[in-house]
Amino acid sequence: MNSHVRVEAQRSIPTAIDYKVYHDPEIFAAEQSNVFKGRTWCYLGLEAEIPNAGDFRTSHVGETPVVLVRGQEDKVFAWVNRCAHKGATVCRSLRGNQADGAFVCVYHQWAYDSEGTLVGVPFRRGMKGVGGYDKDFNPANHSLEKLRVESYKGMIFGTFSSEMEALEDFLGPVMRKYIDRVFHRPIKVLGYARQYMSGNWKLYSENSRDSYHGALLHLFYPTFGIYRQSQDSSGELAEQGFHNVFTVSKPKGDIDYTSFGDEANREMQGATKLQDERLLQFRPEIDDDVGLHIQSLFPNVVLQQIQNTLATRQIVTHGPDKTELVWTYFGYADDNEETTRHRLRNLNLVGPSGLISMEDGEAVELCQQGTIGAEGKYNFIEMGGDDVREYYAPMGMDENAVRGFWKGYLELMGDALSSSTVERPA
Amino acid sequence: MTIADPVLQGLVDSLNAAYGLCLDDGRLEEWPEFFVEDCLYQVIARENVDNGLPAAVMYCDSKGMLVDRVVALRHANVFPEHFSRHLISRAVVTGSDGNTVTAEASYAVLQTRNDGETRIYNAGKYVDRFLITDGTAKLVSRTCVYDTHRIATLLATPI
Ligand code: FES
Ligand SMILES: [Fe+2]
Repeated sequence: MNSHVRVEAQRSIPTAIDYKVYHDPEIFAAEQSNVFKGRTWCYLGLEAEIPNAGDFRTSHVGETPVVLVRGQEDKVFAWVNRCAHKGATVCRSLRGNQADGAFVCVYHQWAYDSEGTLVGVPFRRGMKGVGGYDKDFNPANHSLEKLRVESYKGMIFGTFSSEMEALEDFLGPVMRKYIDRVFHRPIKVLGYARQYMSGNWKLYSENSRDSYHGALLHLFYPTFGIYRQSQDSSGELAEQGFHNVFTVSKPKGDIDYTSFGDEANREMQGATKLQDERLLQFRPEIDDDVGLHIQSLFPNVVLQQIQNTLATRQIVTHGPDKTELVWTYFGYADDNEETTRHRLRNLNLVGPSGLISMEDGEAVELCQQGTIGAEGKYNFIEMGGDDVREYYAPMGMDENAVRGFWKGYLELMGDALSSSTVERPA
Repeated sequence: MTIADPVLQGLVDSLNAAYGLCLDDGRLEEWPEFFVEDCLYQVIARENVDNGLPAAVMYCDSKGMLVDRVVALRHANVFPEHFSRHLISRAVVTGSDGNTVTAEASYAVLQTRNDGETRIYNAGKYVDRFLITDGTAKLVSRTCVYDTHRIATLLATPI
């Protein structure tokens, strides 16, 4: 690929992508370095998951295992979970508290502090003067691989890139405004669910940005006669194109949203009626009319508020056709028991068993299966136009944010993809 | 160790066997009938239970909500076509008080999709409370605590 073509690629907008991007192991490997370990901030977890000194949780950046730790001075650190001696996994638990702040590799007991710095090596001088490391051995050169860590409103991100701009700039003002909305007061974690899809991570990333499929794939609302067409929706993109947020609000002057369930059953003509309307009950708790907020932050997290469910969905890549979605559900720290129970009831709507969303897992797998052996064939992403706009509104019948994803992705991938991978409007 | 009343043991084991077969035969509409009206059914990750976290992937605190699940499954939800197969251990009766019996049983749900391969889909244990009336048991609450944290694709059919 010559440099002229590459400049062209960065300026124009993709409208069709070669299906091989979901299958090719070389592309997957290039994504690990250009996207996940490249010039991005990857979501690692929530501050609320590690509130106390010594608290840790394991996480991932793409396929790379990392550990997130809160140090003694309340600072959060992240390092690759790979011993600097022989590469063994250092931290073997999913989460916990390391009261003394030391992480010791079980294999030869190299010890690291919470920052990931090597602080102890057994028999460094050998035994009875025999063996041991050379006197030039400097533990400072054998620490765990450390990430830069920054957090915004309790969402922790890490980057491998030393020249990466500040997290706030990477997120940009539009994305920050919506993160502020969800994290307007302290939260508490309610639990986890993990979903393992036999599909490429980009299929899920497209899915969470795809406002076209909502009313077509997810048939829960129409099945129970709940018509959502009367509601206002809007979408906004960050400057790079690859972050987006989609919201649905009740229209001004319409019935009170708390009677959503009642409205549903009044409009119901067919035989199917919701037996327990508490499932859908919505108690507005943020100072606006938004009942659905889905925000995709490139490259690896979705932040959501759907009714009274709050969650992050972290994308972990386990191979070209294996993607894990880690759902972290939360509520607000001041929720009483009854409010928590209400959130649990609403949680039926989302997650791996979500009544309004479980289909996404199936859609990812169908696209993965359907594109086997389809190298040189292209998808078609021209719903709503062939450009990328910062704002889109009309009921989301638009693949604007999907094109935005590819625009940002392609800029990061650069030369790693051949020029024929993408088609653009003439 | 005390030996549970063989009658109670029989009632609980019979319910569990019928419950598994009902789901495996695809008789989903009959499934809510294993529960009393004011019931609780939840499917929750063991990692949440062990950490005192309440979030469940299914949380139905009325029989109506179970019915809603079944209707959604039949008419709304899209998921891989599959068969389920429940293997349920003999229950351990953990307590009884008047008409109420508590018990736990291990389960494994195997799943077979259109490719024909049978996979271990979800393994865990039932933590149950039963109401015994007129010689039959009904579930007041069933908590499916699953070890299989990594849910394959999605979880549509009740466990
Ligand atoms: S591999 Fe970790 S100490 Fe040897
Ligand atoms: Fe969806």
